[in-house]
Amino acid sequence: MADVPENAPEHCPGTASEQAGKASSCQGCPNQTLCASGATKAPDPAIAQIAEKLSTVKHKILVLSGKGGVGKSTFSAHLAHALASDSTKEVALLDVDICGPSIPRIMGLEGEQVHQSGSGWSPVYVDDNLAVMSIGFLLSSPDDAVIWRGPKKNGMIKQFLRDVDWGELDYLIVDTPPGTSDEHLSIVQYLSSTHVDGAVIITTPQEVSLQDVRKEIRFCQKVKLPIIGVVENMSGFVCPKCKNTSQIFPPTTGGAEQMCADLHLPLLGKVPLDPRIARSCDEGKSFLNEVPDSPAAEVYRTIVQSIQDHCSNHGTEEQSTT
Amino acid sequence: MEHSNDGNLAQVQHVVLVLSGKGGVGKSTITTELALALRNAGKKVGILDVDLCGPSIPRMLSVGRPDVHQCDSGWVPVYTDAKKSLALMSIGFLMEDPDEAVVWRGPKKTALIGQFVSDVAWGELDVLLVDTPPGTSDEHLAVLENLKKHRVDGAVLVTTPQAVSTGDVRREITFCKKTGVRILGIIENMSGFVCPHCSECSNIFSKGGGEELAKLTGSEFLGSVPLDPLLSASIEEGKDFVQSFPNSATFSALTSISQTLLSSLQAA
Repeated sequence: MADVPENAPEHCPGTASEQAGKASSCQGCPNQTLCASGATKAPDPAIAQIAEKLSTVKHKILVLSGKGGVGKSTFSAHLAHALASDSTKEVALLDVDICGPSIPRIMGLEGEQVHQSGSGWSPVYVDDNLAVMSIGFLLSSPDDAVIWRGPKKNGMIKQFLRDVDWGELDYLIVDTPPGTSDEHLSIVQYLSSTHVDGAVIITTPQEVSLQDVRKEIRFCQKVKLPIIGVVENMSGFVCPKCKNTSQIFPPTTGGAEQMCADLHLPLLGKVPLDPRIARSCDEGKSFLNEVPDSPAAEVYRTIVQSIQDHCSNHGTEEQSTT
Repeated sequence: MEHSNDGNLAQVQHVVLVLSGKGGVGKSTITTELALALRNAGKKVGILDVDLCGPSIPRMLSVGRPDVHQCDSGWVPVYTDAKKSLALMSIGFLMEDPDEAVVWRGPKKTALIGQFVSDVAWGELDVLLVDTPPGTSDEHLAVLENLKKHRVDGAVLVTTPQAVSTGDVRREITFCKKTGVRILGIIENMSGFVCPHCSECSNIFSKGGGEELAKLTGSEFLGSVPLDPLLSASIEEGKDFVQSFPNSATFSALTSISQTLLSSLQAA
């Protein structure tokens, strides 16, 4: 049964929830007896189906942050571009930010639509070896709002993992919304029978960000998701005219460096603010191609190398299942 | 605790949601600064922080992690000063460990927000600002459902200038239209950075998106707030920017926006 069946009431807690059939909102629902009997709470068969489907994906990387607006989507997109610059690698980027899907714009794919075939949904290809999937491709207008409660968002994420024809991939990168809620629990749950290399955590230098990011790190620890490392974005701004540096988002409590020292996590790099990054994202271009010599691009390349090294050193999907 | 939804909001004159489809544009910062500006103008203000996963407001107002008490009418909000001119409720106050993640699915978030809206003894307020997380999901629906019996004056939407941001805010505008929330106006944050060394203006997060969005959607443009390291530092340290930097361009922008907002609320 779907997480939120078509005939379910508005506040349906989800058929797999502990409250299934027992919540006050279940009164009068035709599925109430079935849900209350526990039949819908059996281990979700989708987990095994997803494991099967993603058995051809060598490395999976989640991009997380407790905080919004720190550059998760920007980073995910550029990580995808960087990994795909090796034409022998197959790379895919999955956007599970259901309410605020930024990836289509950042990848220059606005207006593209998803096609269905016998083997499932086809992702949208940026290049021969770089595929993208986002709810943005399922919306008909840029004004369409996805006003969904948790259970329905979970159902969409399940479909993305199970029903998209990803094919054989070297890397699957998953871009997430901010927070520690349905989307995050679902992605971890649905990937629980697969090998996930780990999470890259994005932050900016201020305590206002770090206080949310520490929660995300706790979340990773709770669900036993390895952390590949932390990226500090918006790390200082060099004025193009006078070349002086300003700390627009000041690291009042020591920034990511101090947090990583406190929590014994690798700091993968500190990316400076560069107005050309925002412009590239708005125009759907790769900043790494547009301004390859900028300090920010150099830091990105170092970070990507660290992530590749982590993935090579820690085994693949095939190795973990043999 | 059984009492009408309106009981604790009966003496709240105006309720304003602070929304954005996009994360990290400065909703909490703008909520805090609007609250301080309105207080500066002699108003009694409350802030309800319904960002359960990332509650930023307590730090921005330097209230620490006080215990939250109950009275006959419900939870007593936390006041930032002895004069009780600024009241606050946030899940941040209910967590013993500030690093502990709130890993809740939608239904549980919906239930707590219901309590936050109905069971906080706000008392007399001129304006209650509701700070929200990014998106158009459980938290936003929960707030509106629980405010149904009380009037919601409307929402201010915060964006940064870039298309990646306005792209999400367009969806939030659709959310408002679909749920019958009046759009009081759009605020563009991080609107240019003036180098303190040489005064060169850099458009770090692009330019012009807020005004274009207002034109595109027929909404009022309330104003732009520049990127200001003094504001970021103030927010970090929980200081009152409005009191500390009255001569800054940022102060003028915030004051003008709060005055426009207040006129809008009083005219309706």
